[in-house]
Amino acid sequence: MAKVLVVTSGKGGVGKTTSTAALGAALAQAGESVVVVDFDVGLRNLDLVMGAERRVVFDLINVIQDAAKLSQALIRDKRLATLWLLPASQTRDKDALTEAGVAKVIAELRAKFDWVICDSPAGIERGATLAMRHADEAIIVTNPEVSSVRDSDRIIGLLDSKTEKAERGERVEKHLLITRYNATRAEKGEMLSVEDVIDILSIPLLGVVPESQEVLRASNIGSPVTLCEASSAAAQAYCDAVRRLKGEQVPMSIPSDRKSLFGKLFGRRAA
Amino acid sequence: MPDPAKPRKPIRLRGRSYLAFVLTPEPPIFEWLAELSEWTSQSSGYFSGKPVILDLSAVSLSNAAIVHLVSELQARGIRILGLEGLDPSELGPDLPPVLSGGRAAAEPSDVRQDQAPSHQPEPASLLLESPVRSGQIVVFPHGDVTVLGSVGSGAEIVAGGSIHVYGTLRGRAFAGSAGNPRARIFCNKVEAELLAIDGCYRTADDIDSSLRSQPIQAWLEGEVMYIAPLH
Repeated sequence: MAKVLVVTSGKGGVGKTTSTAALGAALAQAGESVVVVDFDVGLRNLDLVMGAERRVVFDLINVIQDAAKLSQALIRDKRLATLWLLPASQTRDKDALTEAGVAKVIAELRAKFDWVICDSPAGIERGATLAMRHADEAIIVTNPEVSSVRDSDRIIGLLDSKTEKAERGERVEKHLLITRYNATRAEKGEMLSVEDVIDILSIPLLGVVPESQEVLRASNIGSPVTLCEASSAAAQAYCDAVRRLKGEQVPMSIPSDRKSLFGKLFGRRAA
Repeated sequence: MPDPAKPRKPIRLRGRSYLAFVLTPEPPIFEWLAELSEWTSQSSGYFSGKPVILDLSAVSLSNAAIVHLVSELQARGIRILGLEGLDPSELGPDLPPVLSGGRAAAEPSDVRQDQAPSHQPEPASLLLESPVRSGQIVVFPHGDVTVLGSVGSGAEIVAGGSIHVYGTLRGRAFAGSAGNPRARIFCNKVEAELLAIDGCYRTADDIDSSLRSQPIQAWLEGEVMYIAPLH
């Protein structure tokens, strides 16, 4: 039975699309069949991060409006045979999404794949609520700073009211993914600590992804970070997160300041 | 003129039976109406949505009197579906139709029917076992609200009684909202945006910084809100 995941946050720019691509690729590398779905109609980014922007013919809106079949819109990843992408439209906007249309597409995707990962747009309006509507589990992407945390709290409230599972009286399982974590700034108190974020949001921690240059490089070359920078700390964090999603017990490692003592003692630049 | 080429759709007219309540006014009408008013004021909404037949066999009223009675009942939330117990030829067109052939039936089971004369006491406190999230509003004018968890920034609790938060109160709390100055606010950690009791409020700025993140209770003395640490 396929699992439908929604990657959501409330706040924009925290790493939903990056995380969708990274987690999707890591799952596919582990042998699962995965489709990542872009719900950000009008401001699509998942196709760029996946490196598929030059192969988009049909999109989610075309399928919803019966202008194309699902098989025509799905784009297979060139690097991983079991990873597929259903892109969003760039020329339309969120009003083109209909509840019935989304339900039909998700049902079709459930039948074809092991994992359906929905990349939610930012905000709490139609795009975000439709992306979460059919979710079995949710990954709440949060930066360790106050506005992101409050927006994540809001979106958690919506997961408990606007999803089909919530309407049936069941609970959507929630996972906290902290991204862009900067250990130095957390130590100095300039950013919230992992404990602070968990205390405020009260949901189980899935992983902590450090702020890293590798993520930026990966998205600029159009590849999920778990594929092209697999040895980076960020990619490792995503892989651990995927193992936890599949039910494995993986000890949590909070990224720390990587400067060695040597580096701290002799770290001054020569004039 | 109907189009001869198109097949005509038949109008469906079927028989169906429904269960209705029958009200039988007894003379003197004024006393009966007063008794009914007493009943409807204690259980308002008892008749809402229920089909009611008026049985006029025990009284003899003129057409105008019946019209007046029907409008008096309407004013009490009772809509008359039909009349019983009188000669249809005596009635004008501005009255509900006269029915006949009604049979006695078991009264439909309705929890409120047993409590019609007395008022069922409503639960006096609300217990929430999960955190209240940002943007959620909890309204409970009947009594206390207890939260086993935190109240997020941007959330609101509005209670007629006291508010108890076994967690961190980060949002807004309005206690004694229905005019109860004796209500209090208790929490394990105060980081609230606003505390209010019976309309008197203090924003986060007005709460002493030494109390921040402490367990506190807030209460009213006169028009002044006092906030003090618990323990």
